[in-house]
Amino acid sequence: MVNFAQGDLMMLGAFMAVTLIGDVGMPWVLGLFLSVLALAVFGYLLDAFVLRRVLGEPQFAIVMLTIGLGFIFRAVAGLVWGYDPRSFPTPYTGESLRVGGVVVSYENLAILLGTLILCVVLFLFFRHTRLGIGMQATSQNQLAAYYVGIPVKRVFSLVWAISAGVAAVAGILLAPVSLVQPGMGFIGIKAFAAAVIGGFGSIPGALLGGWIIGVSEQFAGVYLPAGFQEMAAYGILILALILRPEGLFAQIQRKKV
Amino acid sequence: MRFLFKTHYNQDIDHLKHGGDRFWYGLLLVLVVAAPAALGTFYLGELNLVMIYAIAGVGLMLLVGYTGQVSLGHAAFLAIGAYTHSLLLGAGVPFLLSLLAAVLVSALVGAGVGWIALRMTGIYLAIATLAFAMLTEQTISRAEWLTGGFRGLAVPQPSLFGMPLTEGWQRYYLTLALLVVTLLMALNILRSSTGRAMVAIRDSEISAESVGINLAVYKTLAFALSAGITGLAGALFAHRLGYLSPDAFTFLISLQLLLMVVVGGVGSMRGVIYGALFIGFLPQLLAIARDTLPPQIAQAPGLEPGIFGLILVLVILFEPQGIFGRWLKIKSYFQLFPLYRRATHRRQKTYLRTERLR
Repeated sequence: MVNFAQGDLMMLGAFMAVTLIGDVGMPWVLGLFLSVLALAVFGYLLDAFVLRRVLGEPQFAIVMLTIGLGFIFRAVAGLVWGYDPRSFPTPYTGESLRVGGVVVSYENLAILLGTLILCVVLFLFFRHTRLGIGMQATSQNQLAAYYVGIPVKRVFSLVWAISAGVAAVAGILLAPVSLVQPGMGFIGIKAFAAAVIGGFGSIPGALLGGWIIGVSEQFAGVYLPAGFQEMAAYGILILALILRPEGLFAQIQRKKV
Repeated sequence: MRFLFKTHYNQDIDHLKHGGDRFWYGLLLVLVVAAPAALGTFYLGELNLVMIYAIAGVGLMLLVGYTGQVSLGHAAFLAIGAYTHSLLLGAGVPFLLSLLAAVLVSALVGAGVGWIALRMTGIYLAIATLAFAMLTEQTISRAEWLTGGFRGLAVPQPSLFGMPLTEGWQRYYLTLALLVVTLLMALNILRSSTGRAMVAIRDSEISAESVGINLAVYKTLAFALSAGITGLAGALFAHRLGYLSPDAFTFLISLQLLLMVVVGGVGSMRGVIYGALFIGFLPQLLAIARDTLPPQIAQAPGLEPGIFGLILVLVILFEPQGIFGRWLKIKSYFQLFPLYRRATHRRQKTYLRTERLR
């Protein structure tokens, strides 16, 4: 399964958090927890009612379907929350940590820590739990997974729940540094670039891919003429696909016939 | 039911199989040729746009529907065709030559992209073409010395053999002629060995390779053909726009082209025409629908992409073969009248194995 609507799920998560914390006035931690939960439930239902129907169809259909879903999410978010960018208040906004001579704002620190914790949790989940291993098996071969007794449909729904929940966390982490608006999901394309560079199915790979893209964008912004900053991610993506289409941490082997 | 009595092998590859086909297509041709006499300027212009979409759709269909390579970046080829054509026209190159150059440049770029994309399949290919489209858009907006960037580029008026093509009906006939030529060319390619090789690649790369089809050559060729035809549509689109700027060729346009192919019916050239009609007249339908909707929904700025997304989702969920597939079902219902069964058109599910073991 490939999800081109991931960035838009992230956007929905950020909007949920803004609404719960900013508008309703919930405590920060509770609002965060609730919006992640809401997105996870949403992901589960989305799979149960929409995506399950295309299970077994060609991959092209799934790609198009998720692109279409992304557009719907964006339009709905625009209708509900409007197109004005909104800021996201956090308890740590505006404060920063001084380590030696380096000043790091708590917002960026939260992103760093959140990402690390998320990665470790996901890594352990996929490595050590029955459900995680079942998910990996399903992703490798659906039919064989059926045969060994994995409830493939439910596993798919749970994968979507997890993935939507993670997207919500990403949205909440990103919200303080960028603004919350329906178009913020376009960063999802860069997330794809990160996953492709690192190799699909590898969480350390995704981290490294994200790091490569982020760093090269910043360097391109400083050392190259204007405009190259926006192009850097895509250029590197194409380069990576040419040089190592299977990703840095490859789980792919080419089938030889 | 109709039973064809074939007396010659060539009848197997005829475009028009029998008298009924010849009659209806002849009638259609007469109608579209006579259209300018009956339609007003507005609808003639819309029809012209539909035909431009159809040309681009033929290009995309060759790639997506017949070679099985997904491209999310066809707006880039549209842009390359449009800019090449307008720049050459501006430099004083004759209309037909500059049209040809637009096709060639797009085809060359397409061959390059296809060559790069050789090792990729499925979603990797989709992402790579998307990245290529983003790169093209950025390049066009940054290369101000050539394209004018966001200030835009005025498209010179076209003229054919010294006769200026400014009237609506002149452009209509020009587009119509090019569409017919493109369609015939595409259909002829599809019944030649090249087309058969492309279809074989779509159905199974491994078996295509084992019957001796050179995957690299045919995939690159398919990309080049598709890009060239889309470039032609781009050149015509430039005249339609009158003023080029990078934000006329965004991801939304790529998606619209794909939507056209999917809604019309993947894997049929008639589907392209249905899809183009659908995409071309959808904005009008939306405009009419806006009058009846409550204003806070109707005036929302992002509504149109949302509707596009909704239609895409509905078509994929409920009629994956698009309008053309629906038409086939209706036709076979009447042909087989009391014997039609739903299961006739049920598709076998193919349980997906991972991309990792391709």
